[in-house]
Amino acid sequence: MLKFLLDILSVPAVLVGLIAMIGLLAQKKGSSDVLKGTIKTILGFIVLGGGAGIAVSSLSHFGTMFQTGFGIKGVVPHNEAIVALALKTYGTQTALIMAFGMIANILLARFTPLKYIFLTGHHTLYMACMIAAILVAGGVTGLPMVLLGSILLGFTMVFFPAIAQPTMRKITGNNSVGFGHFGTLGYVLSAWVGSLVGDPTKSTEDIKFPQGLTFLRDTSVSIALVMGILYLIVALASGQVFVEKELSGGQNFIIFAILQAITFAGGVYVILAGVRLILAEIIPAFNGIATRLVPDAKPALDCPVVFPYAPNAVLIGFLSSFAAGILGMMILIAFSGSIPSLAIILLGVVPHFFCGATAGVFGNATGGRRGAVAGPFSHGLLITFLPVLLMPVLGDLGFANTTFSDADFCGVGIVLGNILKLFM
Amino acid sequence: MKILVCCGSGLGSSFMIELNIKKILQEMQVEAEVDHTDLSSAAAEKADIYVGTRDIAGQLLCLGGRVISLNSMIDITELREKLGVVLGVPVGKV
Repeated sequence: MLKFLLDILSVPAVLVGLIAMIGLLAQKKGSSDVLKGTIKTILGFIVLGGGAGIAVSSLSHFGTMFQTGFGIKGVVPHNEAIVALALKTYGTQTALIMAFGMIANILLARFTPLKYIFLTGHHTLYMACMIAAILVAGGVTGLPMVLLGSILLGFTMVFFPAIAQPTMRKITGNNSVGFGHFGTLGYVLSAWVGSLVGDPTKSTEDIKFPQGLTFLRDTSVSIALVMGILYLIVALASGQVFVEKELSGGQNFIIFAILQAITFAGGVYVILAGVRLILAEIIPAFNGIATRLVPDAKPALDCPVVFPYAPNAVLIGFLSSFAAGILGMMILIAFSGSIPSLAIILLGVVPHFFCGATAGVFGNATGGRRGAVAGPFSHGLLITFLPVLLMPVLGDLGFANTTFSDADFCGVGIVLGNILKLFM
Repeated sequence: MKILVCCGSGLGSSFMIELNIKKILQEMQVEAEVDHTDLSSAAAEKADIYVGTRDIAGQLLCLGGRVISLNSMIDITELREKLGVVLGVPVGKV
């Protein structure tokens, strides 16, 4: 009987379903809602696994072509891809850390001055997954892992909103809402750089800026476009003969490259659909319970919360961060000759778009136009170099063709991983 | 009736707006299905009202439903007013 129970609980899909069910029951929902919500949450986890398969297959072709063409390892920084991959191994640990981490968040908000409730559920999931991977790689398992992981996750869920809040007040003009997105180290850096170089009264919003690039806000389209360019480059570098003989089964190598890029975007699309299903019941429950227990807490919201305050800075920030990503990639390539184990962190379109854009708004708030260029540029360099330091502490995941992209995942992972190394 | 909230990835901001809309609909005593999604999926999903922040609302215009463009995703008063106008519920009544 015990084994039967353990078998059920060790299936991560069932475990997240159970967490959703507890949340639904706590809200006193009717039995049909409980049943529907629980099944959809489990369904989400299964869908996510399917998306991982699609994304990883196309990424492995990318990795092979990159290795053949350039003789070094190229890594695509992409949260969804690495998390979906990691959940195959660390699913149970992630689900437990996420559930108890949200409880830790509520307790910290209740009993400390850090009164934030972190509502960006997908980032809670990704951070839980990253912490699980680092702890397991560092030799922490079982109950201590869940305990330590949950406290750590709860702490990140109040700490990062707290350090973003001074700039958040400048952006929104009030103090009623918090900022919850795990790229905060980059945004705080951007705000600091902005304050050094610019003048906040000369806002980006006073200039006329073409809005033609807004179609890139459609994540699937922008991933397909930018990855398409990267796939084309590696396909050309590894050569027609190699691609058509080894990978595509005779299909023209240019067509193969473009289709693989769109396949990757398709994989991410499916992963996102899965994440959406997983969170659909858990986040409202978390929000409901948290607002009842900590009525004076601020909700910490996803990064696009700041976008409407400065749409020009959003685009300028993306372009500037993206340019820094290209420069950073070139610097890594230049150093790869002298450091053979160095992985090249490629342009991650999603982090540059969302985090770069947010860095633009933060830079604009402290340094106006100049801040909106210089801040995101520093952010773009940061998120290109941080993953290089993260990969060695990720254990087996560090050998994947993809890794975490946003600044806080890397920051927390690097600090935690290296502290654990001291005890090994 | 179906209300679809959209944002870039369909994960965070659209979800928060959806929760606010559900709260407002309850106050207004209006029954509607509310869901959130990303921009790619929005084109394939039929809804009577599409909601997005002003930086992306332009991309929702050609989808065939009415569009609510929000200046702020956290201003519940703005959301209540604009929703009230589209649904024909007088603001004073709420």
